Amino acid sequence: MNRTTASTGFERAVYAALLSCALVSIVTTVGILYVLASETVAFFTEVSLSEFLLDTQWTPLFADKHFGIWPLVAGTALTSSVAIATAVPLGLLSAIYMSEFAPRRLRAVLKPGLEILAGVPTIVYGYFALVVVTPVLQAWIPDMAGFNALSPGIVMGIMILPMVSSLSEDAIAAVPATLREGAYALGATELATIFRVVLPAASSGIVASVILALSRAIGETMIVAIAAGQQARFTLDPRVPIETMTAYIVQISMGDTPTGTLEYRTIFAVGSVLFVLTFAMNYLSHKLRRRLTLAE
Amino acid sequence: MKIHARSHTTFLALAVVLAGCGSKHKAAAEAGGGPSAKGAGAPAEAAEGTVTVDGSSTVFPITEAVAEEFQKTSKHRVTIGVSGTGGGFKKFCQGEVAVTGASRPIKPSEVELCRKNGVEYVELPVAYDGLAVLVHPKNDWVEAMTVEELKKLWAPEAQGTITKWSQIRAGWPDKEIHLFGPGVDSGTYDYFTKAVVGKEHASRGDYTSSEDDNVLVQGISTDPLALGFMGFAYYVENKDKLKLVPIDDGNDANGAGPIAPSAETVSNGTYQPLSRPIFIYVSKKAAGRPEVGSFVDFYLANAAKLAAEVGYIPLPDKAYTLAKKRFADKVTGSIFGGKGSKVGVSIEALLAG
Repeated sequence: MNRTTASTGFERAVYAALLSCALVSIVTTVGILYVLASETVAFFTEVSLSEFLLDTQWTPLFADKHFGIWPLVAGTALTSSVAIATAVPLGLLSAIYMSEFAPRRLRAVLKPGLEILAGVPTIVYGYFALVVVTPVLQAWIPDMAGFNALSPGIVMGIMILPMVSSLSEDAIAAVPATLREGAYALGATELATIFRVVLPAASSGIVASVILALSRAIGETMIVAIAAGQQARFTLDPRVPIETMTAYIVQISMGDTPTGTLEYRTIFAVGSVLFVLTFAMNYLSHKLRRRLTLAE
Repeated sequence: MKIHARSHTTFLALAVVLAGCGSKHKAAAEAGGGPSAKGAGAPAEAAEGTVTVDGSSTVFPITEAVAEEFQKTSKHRVTIGVSGTGGGFKKFCQGEVAVTGASRPIKPSEVELCRKNGVEYVELPVAYDGLAVLVHPKNDWVEAMTVEELKKLWAPEAQGTITKWSQIRAGWPDKEIHLFGPGVDSGTYDYFTKAVVGKEHASRGDYTSSEDDNVLVQGISTDPLALGFMGFAYYVENKDKLKLVPIDDGNDANGAGPIAPSAETVSNGTYQPLSRPIFIYVSKKAAGRPEVGSFVDFYLANAAKLAAEVGYIPLPDKAYTLAKKRFADKVTGSIFGGKGSKVGVSIEALLAG
């Protein structure tokens, strides 16, 4: 690659402008990190890290203040697990069908159809969960509350399904034909080839797509803010009202909490936890996808 | 090139500043304190002929109805913000608005702020609000509750410990209780904690708290194990989805046995302790302006009719007469002694002095 030798002032100016555009993303990230970090550090000067990580109650606004992060983490974990449990089987099996079995014309309809699911606004999904899915679930499951983790979890799963299916399909398609042909040559049936040869070979790509979808589910705000409730409780019961980290941030930001107070800083502490989680997920997913492109 | 760019920036900045100076009208915002940051656009004593109002989300429906009727017959305009009782007082005591709605009397810290800024206020009760305790219509075990039971359920000590219906009263199901109520920014929350637990802002924290009453209605009406409290007006709007719980305050002097809230029981003082007056506070200085004076006169003259229309309970006629006189004489100061909420008050007695 040649080094750009800016011969005229104009070329230099354009080079500088393009560089600054590219730097905007880095500067923004650094800015966000700085704000998060400074407020979180201020938060931890008043609340000990051990209380934050060990207490099982989260009631920062009330008379008896507790700052244990676990209720919010449990809420997020519960809704995200339900979402993944919905999206992975459906997404993976759709991906297998579309790449191995679907006739070309059907595939041309199915693939965009799945992409449409990703295009539905999340607030529409939220109300769909609240007014359609929850009553249906209430008819089947005893003691199912109006706000719960199961309903938004399922709807989130539907929302992230295109992510799983599309990326898994790419991973499956990237498996070399020689592997498949080798399996057929050895007398394997189609199903055996898929589940014993192709999927293991595509596994790092599939896992990467699942992790990406999971990080999307963890950061999802609108659906859970509408349908999951606003009661921070440390539970794994999907039938009761809970509160996720994202919904808590919405609750406080929309309220009357004065800036600079401890209650205000809880937003940043929770935001930092969220950031760390999604960053770790994205990093892992990135690593796995690189392995996919470099492998075999 | 440089000068051209700079004048563009100047114009843009000027446009933004001028846009921000325009008064902001906010319609039906249920979220109590939310708009307070954005509502800061409300100007100091705006253009001639405009009355600026802010404050409680509870008082808002009445003020909105009054303003609508007022603007039909008057050339003056009314702009209403919804920053919550606390948020409204902040603006009022800094002279930014002429009138503020409050679902509780003015607090000592707010009295001090007004005094510091030289704002004198005329306190005018405009209606009664009942706080309704509600359960799901399919809840067949709750026929009535006592104040002691409510206290046991909502006290700070109940956090994490009182989690089942059977712990409140023997014979009730051994199932989880799901609680719903306004959040800490709400005047309704302030009053409920004071009336039931005995200390303002003292309650458990593990319930679904939302300043948006419609979220609470949604939560209670879809959950057979739910219990919650909110303003009576929201029950009236959603009668078919909610079941009212009569409350027994153990004091036979103001009505024996459990009493359910209704227009009657709130205004004659038998639904205790969960009845409260709601107010508007008018700046004495602003009251001198013709538009503010005529608006407040119109308010007091029509509050009874319009409050009833929007689900609130009108004060007795005598109370309105006394309030009108109070405004005409511009009597400043709070009939609650500037100490904030009092439980179980009679408005006429307080106004008469």
